[in-house]
Amino acid sequence: MRDISKLTASRRAFMGLAAGGLALAAGSGAAKAQRVSTRARIVILGAGAGGAAIANRLMDRLDGAEITIVDGRSEHWYQPGFTLVAAGLRPASYAVSGTGDWLPRGINWVQEHAAELDPESNVVTTTGGQRLEYDYLIVSTGLVLDWDAIEGFDLSLVGPEHGISAHYAGPDYAETSWRALDRFTDEGGVGMFGRPATEMKCAGAPVKICFLGEDIATTKGNRGKCDFVYNAQAPNLFGVPVIHHRVRQIMDERDITYRYSHVLKAIDPGAKTATYATPDGDVTDNWDFINVVPPQRAPQVIRDSGLSWADRWTDQGWIEVDMQTLRHARYPNVFGIGDINGVPKGKTAASVKFHLPVVEDHLVSEIAGREGTRMYDGYTSCPLITRVGRAMLVEFDYQDNLTPSFPGIIAPLEELWISWLMKEVALKATYNAMLRGRA
Amino acid sequence: MEEFSLSTMIAVFEEMFGAWLFWAMVAVAVAITLAWIYVLVRDRALSFRKYLVAQLSMPFGAVAAVWFVMWITNSTLADIGGPIDWIVLLGVAVLGAIGLAILVYVVQSLMRGRQSEA
Ligand SMILES: Cc1cc2nc3c(=O)[nH]c(=O)nc-3n(C[C@H](O)[C@H](O)[C@H](O)COP(=O)(O)OP(=O)(O)OC[C@H]3O[C@@H](n4cnc5c(N)ncnc54)[C@H](O)[C@@H]3O)c2cc1C
Repeated sequence: MRDISKLTASRRAFMGLAAGGLALAAGSGAAKAQRVSTRARIVILGAGAGGAAIANRLMDRLDGAEITIVDGRSEHWYQPGFTLVAAGLRPASYAVSGTGDWLPRGINWVQEHAAELDPESNVVTTTGGQRLEYDYLIVSTGLVLDWDAIEGFDLSLVGPEHGISAHYAGPDYAETSWRALDRFTDEGGVGMFGRPATEMKCAGAPVKICFLGEDIATTKGNRGKCDFVYNAQAPNLFGVPVIHHRVRQIMDERDITYRYSHVLKAIDPGAKTATYATPDGDVTDNWDFINVVPPQRAPQVIRDSGLSWADRWTDQGWIEVDMQTLRHARYPNVFGIGDINGVPKGKTAASVKFHLPVVEDHLVSEIAGREGTRMYDGYTSCPLITRVGRAMLVEFDYQDNLTPSFPGIIAPLEELWISWLMKEVALKATYNAMLRGRA
Repeated sequence: MEEFSLSTMIAVFEEMFGAWLFWAMVAVAVAITLAWIYVLVRDRALSFRKYLVAQLSMPFGAVAAVWFVMWITNSTLADIGGPIDWIVLLGVAVLGAIGLAILVYVVQSLMRGRQSEA
C-alpha cells in the first residue's frame, strides 16, 4: 500500500515527524464530509476487509441509517499476513483478531452467514432463518476456496508429515504450512508451487511463497539439495506483461524452474505425485513438498442469487458490477466491494482500499439525491516479496499500466528493502486503519 | 494511498504501535525537544563541552537506530537494494545520531544544573 514506509524507518524519525505534524493537524482538522440524514436500511454481507471498512465509513457519513452487517465468523483474518506466517516470520496469531473489534458502535451485527439472497424482493435470509429486508445491499463476502476441486487433496494432509503446504486456508494452516516448508528446506528434494486457473486473490502470493522458500533454503545452506518448480496456469508468470518479464528474470537468476500452462488437478499424498492439466494432456510429477492454492469462486449463496455475470466467469460466479462504479449492472441498489466483484483486476486488500471511497460516494450521493462521481480504475497492488528483506512494490491498473505511488523514488520493478518494509511493517497498520474507515 | 493526509498517517502509526504507545512516544519526543530548548534558553548559550560529549554519542545513536530497525523488520544490511534504501538507512542513522545527541545534551544540562564554562 502506498504510503508511509519511508517514515516507519525509525522511532525517532516518526517521532520528530509526528511532533512537527501535530501543529499542522491542529490547523487542518475540519475537512470532513457532511453527514447525510436518512432512514435507509442498508445490509452488508461479510465483515472482512471490505465489509468492516465500509460499515465504519457509512456510520460516519449517515445519520439515522439502519445498518446491518451479516457474518457468521467471529475471527477476523488479516490475510496478507498469511504469507509471513507461512514463511516462519510471524506466528498464526499475527493474522487473527476479532470480527467484532472492527465494527462500529450502533451497527447491528447478525452473527450468521447469509443463506439466501433475493435481489428482486430485496431480502436476505440468514442461516439461522432471520429475514433481513434492505433498501441497499453491499456484497463483500469475499470468495471461497474450492479445495475439493483438487482430487486427492484434503486439508487434514497439510503439514510436515506429508510435505503439504496450503497457506491460503487460514492462519493455523499457514503456520502448519511453515512447518512443512521448514522441513523441506532442511531435508531437500523437489518443491512444487503454482496457482489455479480461476481468478484468485492476491495473484502474487504463490510466487512470493516460492521466492521465500528459495531464499530460506539458501540461507540455511541447503539450496543445493532443493529444487524449486513454479507452475503457472497461463503462458506467463504474471498477468501484467512487464511484471511477468521481471519475475521470469528473477526465476532465471535464482535457478527456479518455471513451467507454463500447468494447472494442478490432483495429488496423491501417498505416492507424493501431482497431476497437472496441460495443453498437451495431463502430466504427473513427483514432489517432496507442494504448496497447493485451489480454484476460487463466489460463495454458493451469491451464485444462486442471480447477481453473477451470466456470460463471464460462469464457473466462478463473480457479481456483475460496473467496473468503474462497482454498482450492480442490473440491480442499482446493490454494490460490490472486494474479491466478489466481477471486474478484470483487483482481488487484493489494496484494491479494497480503492473500492471503498467509490462505493461510499455512489451510495451516499444517491441517498442525498445527487449522483456519485468517483471511479475505480482497477488499482491493484502487491508487495511482491522476492526474499526475506526485499520486495518489489508492484502497482498496476486495468490497462496493465504500472501506477507507482512514489514515481522516481520507489522503483516498482526493483528489489528493494523499502518495499519489504511496506509489506512487513506498514501494510498491516494501513490495513487496520482502513478497517476503521480511517485510511 | 488514495487519500493521503496527515490524519491517515497518524491513524496508520496508531495502528502500528498501538494508540497509547504512539502518543506516549510523541509526548516523550516533544518533552525532550522542549527540555532542550529550555536549557538553551536558561543557559543562554550552547555549552561547547556538553556539545562535544553529545557529539561523541552520535555514532552510538546512529548504529543503535540502524540495528533496531533491522531487528524489528527481519532485515540485514545485505537487503539494502537501491539508492532509496541507502537514503532511508542514512536517514535512520542521522535521526538516531541527532536524537541521542540531543538527549545526551539535555541530560547533562539537567543533571549538572547551570554551570559556567571552564
Ligand atoms: C495468502 C494470501 C496473501 C495475500 N496477500 C495480500 C497482499 O500482500 N496484499 C493485498 O492487498 N492483499 C493480499 N491478499 C488478499 C486480501 O486478503 C483479500 O483480497 C481481501 O481480504 C479481500 O477482502 P474482502 O472483504 O473481499 O474478503 P474477506 O476479507 O475475505 O472477507 C470476507 C468475509 O465475508 C464473510 N462471508 C463469507 N461468506 C459469507 C456469507 N454467505 N454470508 C455472510 N458473510 C460471509 C467471511 O466470513 C469473511 O469475514 C492475500 C490473500 C491471501 C489468502
